[in-house]
Amino acid sequence: MTTLTVNGSTHQINNLDPATPLLWVLRDHLGLVGAKFGCGIGQCGACTVHLNDAPMRSCLLPLSAAADQKITTIEGLASPDGKLHPLQQAWIEHDVPQCGYCQAGQLMSAAALLKQKKKPTDADIEDAMSGNICRCGTYLRIRAAIHSAAGNSSKIAAVVGCWTPSGVNESCDSTTLASEA
Amino acid sequence: MNKLLANAARDDAEIQALMSGVLGEVAPVSRRQFFKLAGLTGGGLVLAFYLGDSQVAVAQTTTDFAPNGFVQVRPNGDIVIFSKCPEIGQGIKTAFGLIIAEELDADWQRVQVKQAAVNPAVYGRQGAGGSTSIPANWDQLRQAGAMARSMLVSAAALEWKISEADCRTQNSQVMSKDGRSISYGDLVTKAAALPLPDVKTLKLKDRSEYQLFGKRYTGVDNRQIVTGQPLFGVDTQLPGMVYASYTKCPAFGGKVVKANLEAIKQLTGVIDAFVVEGTGLATEVLSGVAIIASSTWASFSAKKQLQIEWDETRASKDSWVEFMTQAQALAEKSGKQPLRNLGDVDGALKDSAKQVSAFYSYPYAAHATLEPQNCTAWFHDGRMELWSPTQQADSSLTLLAKVTGLPVDRITLHQTRVGGGFGRRLMNDYACEAALIAREFAKRQNAPVKLTWTREDDFTHDFYRVGGFHSLTGGVDNKGKLTAWRDHFITFTADGEKPVSGGNMDAEEFPALLVPNVTITQSLLNSATPAGPWRAPRSNAIAFAVQCFLHELAVSAKRDHKQFLLDLLGEPRWLTPGNYRSLNTERAAAVIKLATEKAGWGKKLKKGHGLGLAFHFSHAGHVAGVAEVRVDKNKKLKVIRVVMAADVGPIINLSGAETQVQGAVIDALSLMFAQQINLEKGRVQETNFDQYPLLRMPNAPLVEAHFIQSQYNPTGLGEPALPPLAPAIGNAIFAATGERVRTLPLTKSGFSWG
Ligand code: FES
Ligand code: FES
Repeated sequence: MTTLTVNGSTHQINNLDPATPLLWVLRDHLGLVGAKFGCGIGQCGACTVHLNDAPMRSCLLPLSAAADQKITTIEGLASPDGKLHPLQQAWIEHDVPQCGYCQAGQLMSAAALLKQKKKPTDADIEDAMSGNICRCGTYLRIRAAIHSAAGNSSKIAAVVGCWTPSGVNESCDSTTLASEA
Repeated sequence: MNKLLANAARDDAEIQALMSGVLGEVAPVSRRQFFKLAGLTGGGLVLAFYLGDSQVAVAQTTTDFAPNGFVQVRPNGDIVIFSKCPEIGQGIKTAFGLIIAEELDADWQRVQVKQAAVNPAVYGRQGAGGSTSIPANWDQLRQAGAMARSMLVSAAALEWKISEADCRTQNSQVMSKDGRSISYGDLVTKAAALPLPDVKTLKLKDRSEYQLFGKRYTGVDNRQIVTGQPLFGVDTQLPGMVYASYTKCPAFGGKVVKANLEAIKQLTGVIDAFVVEGTGLATEVLSGVAIIASSTWASFSAKKQLQIEWDETRASKDSWVEFMTQAQALAEKSGKQPLRNLGDVDGALKDSAKQVSAFYSYPYAAHATLEPQNCTAWFHDGRMELWSPTQQADSSLTLLAKVTGLPVDRITLHQTRVGGGFGRRLMNDYACEAALIAREFAKRQNAPVKLTWTREDDFTHDFYRVGGFHSLTGGVDNKGKLTAWRDHFITFTADGEKPVSGGNMDAEEFPALLVPNVTITQSLLNSATPAGPWRAPRSNAIAFAVQCFLHELAVSAKRDHKQFLLDLLGEPRWLTPGNYRSLNTERAAAVIKLATEKAGWGKKLKKGHGLGLAFHFSHAGHVAGVAEVRVDKNKKLKVIRVVMAADVGPIINLSGAETQVQGAVIDALSLMFAQQINLEKGRVQETNFDQYPLLRMPNAPLVEAHFIQSQYNPTGLGEPALPPLAPAIGNAIFAATGERVRTLPLTKSGFSWG
């Protein structure tokens, strides 16, 4: 028998091979499907959860190593009263998801970063997030959302403009671009 | 202990609760009722929209007002909008909601958008492909909203005993000239009793009347996504569910001779293992071995222990190296199949001041949707019920009927959110596999079966974007104008006659219609590797060759690339007026001008930096892009900034439009930089992301998106922003270094990220 503590609840796991990756225990046995399967070899980060507040690829973490540790999944990122984590809030405000499949992993990596560093720089963000693939290419918004959740002052990663055919700016919400990367 | 397994009772309410968010719904009724109602279209609660038929009465069975299959207004003022097409990350669920809400004058804060049930009788085509969802459904959706609005107005006019002309609507309210107002919710009962108006009498909004379009809206499922709720196909959980894997021959088309099934069945967690003959078609079910287990992991672990003897006599022997040799040999000649022949190319070349020839090539590519292929199928009571992440909801039904031999009305398909499409899920092989596996397993046990592919299955059994080759020659006259264009396009065929899906070239492909002397021919190489559409099919590859080559010609004639392109476009005209799939040179010139202006075209750059421009017209979208790159002497590449300008008509959701452009740029860069599928002995060599790298955050450039809101009807943006990027980068690399890249991916030409 193995004891797992996930998002503050304790689960007794019986008759499971201790080598079973935590990802599948969460998804198939506990019904927590927020962490996603993307590659199974630690390449994509879709399965990221926290093990004692540190980001972990749950597809590679055997059940035996997760036993009796504190595990947090995307389902446990908001407070128990339902109040969203500032990153979740920022993700909604910046409309980060496209297909959304990678986003649980992205959020868990970002949340671990903000625990480590309250005011991450661009370089910190790139470093912490480079293990997470987004097939849809939402990286610019992920970066912007992390900055805004951290309360960093405007690091603008994108510009958008709307124009009439005759070239009049219908000024949607264009912003100025950071000069050079 | 699996709490789902522990509860074997399959009660509707529980399934509804478990699957909330995954199930497509039509109305807030139980699942069983829903079947009945769906079967009753034309007579019950769920009303076909293509009506105008007066025999279709408005639903009286609930207290809600549901004039058609798209909209439901509840007495408390909540509005439910049903989005008919698959959501694959293109943002259609939000955009469709907005289109209906705009015509309905709904209060967006009170709108909830739900995935519609799969029911072509109600909704017509329910697919997502070719960036057609917006243009193909624009009228239907607006009419759905306008119909509901018109009935609510009629109800208010009746209530107040005034003329409808004295009523207007805003924010889910009807207002009278004399200052009275009533909310939509309060009009529900009255409106539901009214006859449906004739669609032809509905007045749609003029552009100047739009309230909602063009602003930023966050995706309607975002809250569920960021809290990790079950939404995707692979998240499907049903009581008593078992987990399947499926193993096919690594060489396409190989057949199972025998396998160590008895040994597999002894493994922990394995419930059953059997051979599936299949139908022999890659688009349906190829021969393989199914393993049913008590968890995905048990099934995947057992899969690793499989020993299968394959009969490969008829399997693919494809080899990429071999293909390249064949293509190079063909490149010198022209192709056997003429695609277009106009004017006198030889004569024009002879008269030209500058002549350039070049050979371009690009490799096979995989879709690699982040959610691997999967489908849950449950064969019970003579019916097949499936939960599938598909881009082809309606045609999946017919395909599944064919493969299972069941009549369509015995198949129920729930369309889930899709973890990436990119064209991969236009094929529904995984759903067919799940159906046959579930039906076989049902002989032993009544249980839903969730089939999940491993990433390795996904990479090695895709429908690939085929590689291709262009042997190009062009001539420019002494005024610097393009006068001759010759392209020998070398592509792949499965039947020996026509190119494979996604490997064809239009005889009208840019710039064929703009040059006076054109010869395009085609040669076909035989391939047994499954092929299919990949985001912006054809154009995603052809644009690289064609738009880089146009730059080569401009450079040879010492012309500014922008001016060269504008001259090529010539007089402002719509080549086939009224056909939105036809090039409009005025719109093309406008996006080229806007992109170059915003990118500072012609500005002085630091050493090692370069600006590259490309335009491409595809999927009804006019899009131009300018990339700024930095390349050092070790060929380390940094893409600093990309400026895109698009004209796809008025923007519906600005946030959605911007993110599609950003995503397309990153996807295209990812594809051109390092992605290649190598074939050897009929087998795909790349099996996971370590061998087929996707672009990661540190290499993502800044992207600017500019939209020209022209007066044309809106068209899709999932695809057309992708093709211009690769040539813009290729041209920028040339500007920075003088090196012309003609072979993709860039890593093959020695580039790495800087
Ligand atoms: S599934 Fe764990 S890193 Fe990809
Ligand atoms: S949003 Fe689709 S993979 Fe990231």
